[in-house]
Amino acid sequence: MGAFLKAISYYLPEDTLTNEMLAVEFPEWDVDKVYNKVGVRKRHLARPSVTAGDLAEKAARKLFDEKGVGPSDIDFIILCTQSPDFFLPSTACVLQDRLGIPTSAGAFDYNLGCSGCIYGMAMAKGLIAAGLASNVLLLTAETYTKYLHPLDKSNRTIFGDAAAACLISGVEGFAEIGDFVLGTDGSGASNLMVRSGAARQPEKTARESVDDDGHVNREDYLYMNGSAIFNFTLETVPPLMKSLLDKSGIEKADVDYYVFHQANKYMLNTIRKVCGIPADRFYMDLEDTGNTVSSTILIGLKECLRAGKILPGMEVMACGFGVGLSYGACMLHF
Amino acid sequence: MELEKFVKDFAAQLDETDPETITAETEYKNLDEWSSLIAFAVIAMVKVEYDKTVTGAEIRHCNTVGDLFNLVAAK
Repeated sequence: MGAFLKAISYYLPEDTLTNEMLAVEFPEWDVDKVYNKVGVRKRHLARPSVTAGDLAEKAARKLFDEKGVGPSDIDFIILCTQSPDFFLPSTACVLQDRLGIPTSAGAFDYNLGCSGCIYGMAMAKGLIAAGLASNVLLLTAETYTKYLHPLDKSNRTIFGDAAAACLISGVEGFAEIGDFVLGTDGSGASNLMVRSGAARQPEKTARESVDDDGHVNREDYLYMNGSAIFNFTLETVPPLMKSLLDKSGIEKADVDYYVFHQANKYMLNTIRKVCGIPADRFYMDLEDTGNTVSSTILIGLKECLRAGKILPGMEVMACGFGVGLSYGACMLHF
Repeated sequence: MELEKFVKDFAAQLDETDPETITAETEYKNLDEWSSLIAFAVIAMVKVEYDKTVTGAEIRHCNTVGDLFNLVAAK
């Protein structure tokens, strides 16, 4: 029994933060220079009252509207988020009710970031293969911008909020989900972290330090050690790609298109060069969204289908990497 | 690894500084345009050109382009 991508949609909150707006706050900032390196012109921001669960609901409703797929067709919900509505219960359980999905559906959240889309597809395929579900609603939703300190220019430049929804069917769809390679290196956990607020450090600490890149590490906000994450990616992705090709029995030359997690333009260009991937087979577009964490790959797949960059018969490699540190890649047979 | 090529590769990562002014003795963190983005560019260059990994901490702890060359060459 196979598993297939049957529909994808996504939702971006209305409010945006443009480079020009950032330049007002940070007058030393060269708008063109930063755009050229990072590749982002604007990012969407969830308002204070809007949660990742709200964004996920909107993305799911768009999916239902666009594809004639109804809530009653769904028999499992999995939601990837690191900004859940509550400590408990799972936001996916709340969404079962809000979306009118039958109570016979299973539902749970899982906590991953940039690799989350790949893991979601892997779990959906597993649920289908085990006979536990036949129509899985995979949701990815993040409001990382709420974790960012107002003075954290680097991360405010990169990250944007979004949610995506994907229907994975055991019967039919436009792409069959192929093989996976997944992995984890928890030794790098502290390189991308919100340290306070959960069980290990419940109270805010107000502690700050300066890291190797000269960036301020604030324990009460999202901290990313940019150079460490960059090196992790450069070390991890080339062998990950090779493992997946070996496992799938596919030659590199036969991969028609690559949709990688849209971290930032600079990192993507470097990975592409290190992996020896031609630019015309490599998706890159974060101009109007920024890095939306677990939603970038689904947004990318949707946009590639819309633009005709991915066509029936194509072999596509999807790859995610980041917070955890966690990584994964899979083949999609269109 | 040749020092001359490394110095040129390093200079190519800079946007505003005249590459001709970069030598093995250049103390790169004193360059006006030095930033974490340039440091990332150097990490990427070392990976692509030399297939070696240099960390943000190492770049921060070296002073001159020549120091960085010696560090990468020893890897």
